[in-house]
Amino acid sequence: MAEFAPKVGGRGSALSFWLWKAVKLVLTVAVTFLGLLLITFLISHVMSVDPVLRVVGDRASQSTYDAMYLQMGLDKPIWQQFWIYLQKVLSGDFGNSFLTKKPVMGDIARAFPATLELATVAILIGTLVGVPVGVWSAVKAGKAFDQIVRVLGLVGYSAPIFWLGLLGLLVFYANLQWVAGPGRIDIAYEYSFTSVTGLMLLDTAMQGEWAAFGNAFSHIILPASLLGYFSMAYISRMTRSFMLAELAQEYVTTARVKGVPEWRIIWVHALKNAAVPLVTVVALSYAGLLEGSVLTETVFAWPGLGLYLTNSLQVADMNAVLGGTLVIGAIFVGLNLLSDLLYSLLDPRVRRRVRK
Amino acid sequence: MTRREWLLSDYPQSRRQARAGQSYRTWLALKSNRLAMVGLWIVLALVAMAIFAPLIAPYDPLIGGDLRLDRLQPPSWEHLMGTDDLARDIFSRVMHGARLTLMVVALVAVIATPIGLTIGTTAGYLGGWVDVVLMRVTDIFLAFPRLILALAFVSALGPGIENAIIAIALTSWPPYARLARAETLTIRDSDFINAARLQGASRLRILWGHVTPLCLSSVIVRVTLDMAGIILTAAGLGFLGLGAQPPQPEWGAMIAGGRRFIIDYWWVATMPGIAIFVVSLGFNLLGDGLRDVLDPKAVK
Repeated sequence: MAEFAPKVGGRGSALSFWLWKAVKLVLTVAVTFLGLLLITFLISHVMSVDPVLRVVGDRASQSTYDAMYLQMGLDKPIWQQFWIYLQKVLSGDFGNSFLTKKPVMGDIARAFPATLELATVAILIGTLVGVPVGVWSAVKAGKAFDQIVRVLGLVGYSAPIFWLGLLGLLVFYANLQWVAGPGRIDIAYEYSFTSVTGLMLLDTAMQGEWAAFGNAFSHIILPASLLGYFSMAYISRMTRSFMLAELAQEYVTTARVKGVPEWRIIWVHALKNAAVPLVTVVALSYAGLLEGSVLTETVFAWPGLGLYLTNSLQVADMNAVLGGTLVIGAIFVGLNLLSDLLYSLLDPRVRRRVRK
Repeated sequence: MTRREWLLSDYPQSRRQARAGQSYRTWLALKSNRLAMVGLWIVLALVAMAIFAPLIAPYDPLIGGDLRLDRLQPPSWEHLMGTDDLARDIFSRVMHGARLTLMVVALVAVIATPIGLTIGTTAGYLGGWVDVVLMRVTDIFLAFPRLILALAFVSALGPGIENAIIAIALTSWPPYARLARAETLTIRDSDFINAARLQGASRLRILWGHVTPLCLSSVIVRVTLDMAGIILTAAGLGFLGLGAQPPQPEWGAMIAGGRRFIIDYWWVATMPGIAIFVVSLGFNLLGDGLRDVLDPKAVK
C-alpha cells in the first residue's frame, strides 16, 4: 500500500501516511460493504424466481399477490428498490424471518455467540497444535515427520467436514462414549446457569458451575477439534514455509556461530520473525472457520449462525438467508481488514518504511 | 535417435519439437513425484468409473432390490458396500455418482474459466478505471466465503444440480480473474503486443488473439488445483439438500440420506464419504505435484 503514500519529507510524513492509509482503508471497506449489499440485493430481487410467490405461496389470490407486490415495492425502479433495501439494512432491519416470525437481526444476534464460541475454541486448537507442528516439520524438512504432516494436511484438505463429523459422532460418541453428542449442552444443565455472554464455557466458568462447564466442554470438543483440524492443516503448512525462509537467513547462521543453542534459534529467534506473517494466516483461517461452521453446525445440531442459515435454506426463507450471508460476509471483510492492520502494526519493516 | 533423445534434444529443429520436449520434461518431473502419480491414477480411475459406470455397476443405481430382504445389508461379496434403506446397492450408486461428480467439476471449470479469463485479461489490458471497477467487483466476490455465497445463490435459484453448478461457478471465478490480470500485466507491454498494435490490430483482437492464449495455461493449472474444492463444495451442497436431488446418486446427498441411521447402519453414510475423500485427495495430490513442477518458485 506504501506506493500510494504522498511523497512528503520530514516528521509530518508519518502522520500524513497513516491519515492517507486510514482514508484509503475506510473507502475500500465502504465500497466492499456496498458491494456485499448489492450482491445480496441482486440475489433476492433479480435472480430470485418470484419473490412475491415466495411470501404469499402459490395458492394466493391475484389480489393478495398484487397487494404484496406493491408492499414489497417491486413496482418501483430497480435503483429505488436498492436504495430502500440499503436504508433498511443499514438501520439493522433485515426483515422478518418466515420461519421464526421474528426479526432476522435478533435471530442472528441470538445464534452468533454459539458460532463464535465454536470458532474460537477451534482456532485455539488449530493454532496451538498447528504452529509447533509447522515449526518442527520445517526443522525436519524432508524427513519422515515432515512427510507424515504433509499427508495429514492433505487429508484435512480432502475430507468433507460433514462426513468426518458424522464418523466422529459414530466413533467417539456412539461407540467409545468419550464425548457428548449433538447440541451445546445436556438438557439437565440448561438452566443451571444464567446466560450473560452467550458463550457457555465462559458463562459456566464465571459462575463456578463446573459440572455444567464440563458438560459444555464435552459437547464442544469434538466439533471444535474437527474444525480445528482443518485450520491446523493450513496453519502448519504456512508456518513451515515461513520458518524455512527464516532458517535460511544469515542471522540464524550468525547465532549458530555465536553458540546460541539450536532450540533457542528455532523457537525464539526464527519463530519470532515468522510470527508476523502468521498473524495474518491465523486471522484468515479464523474467517475460514465461519464457512466450515455451516456444515459442522448442521451435523452437530449446534445452534449457531450456520445452523440458522441451513434451516432457513430448507424452507427458502430468503430474508434470513441473506441476512446471515451478509453478516458472515461482513465478519469476513472485518477479519481481513484486521489482519491487514495487525500486519502493518507488527512488522517493523512496514513501520520503518513510513519514517524513511 | 530414439524418441526420448528427440524429445530431450538441446537443439530442437522445429517449434513443434521444442514444445513437445518441454511437455515431455514436465511429464518426467511429474512422473518422479510419487504422490502426484497416485493422484493422477485416482483421477484416471474416476474418469474410467464415470465412463464405464453401467458396465462396472452390478445393480441398477436407482431401482432397489426386495425391500423385505435386501434393505440395509452390511457390506458383503454380493453388495461390496452394502445396501441402503431403499435396498439399493451402494457400490453401484457410488459408481454412477462418479458421473455426477465429474460433470459438476467439468461444467464448473467450463463456466468459471472463461468468466475469470475475460474479466482478468480485460482489466489488466485496458487498465485505468475499467481495471479499478472490475477488480473491485472481484474483491467483493472474494469477500464472501465461497460456500456461503453458493448457498445464497442456490436459495434464490432453487435447489437442483444445475443450479448448484451455476452457483459454484459464480463463486469460483474471482481467483482466476486475479491470476489472468497479473499475467496480462506482464504481457501487456511486450514487443509482440506493441507490434500487433502498430499493425492496427483492434483491442479485441489483441485481447483474444494474443493475450488470452498466453494466460490460459496458468489459469488451467489453477483450475486443476481448485477441483478438490469444487468437489467438496458440491458435496456440501448435496449434503444440505441443495444440490442433486434424490434419487440421483450424488455422493453428498447419499451421505445425508444415511445420516439418520449412521449409528446402526454405518456403511450407508460412510461409503460415499470415502469416495468423496479419495477423489478429492487425488485431485489435491495431482494439483500439488503440478504446482511443484510448473512453478519452481513455490516453496517446496
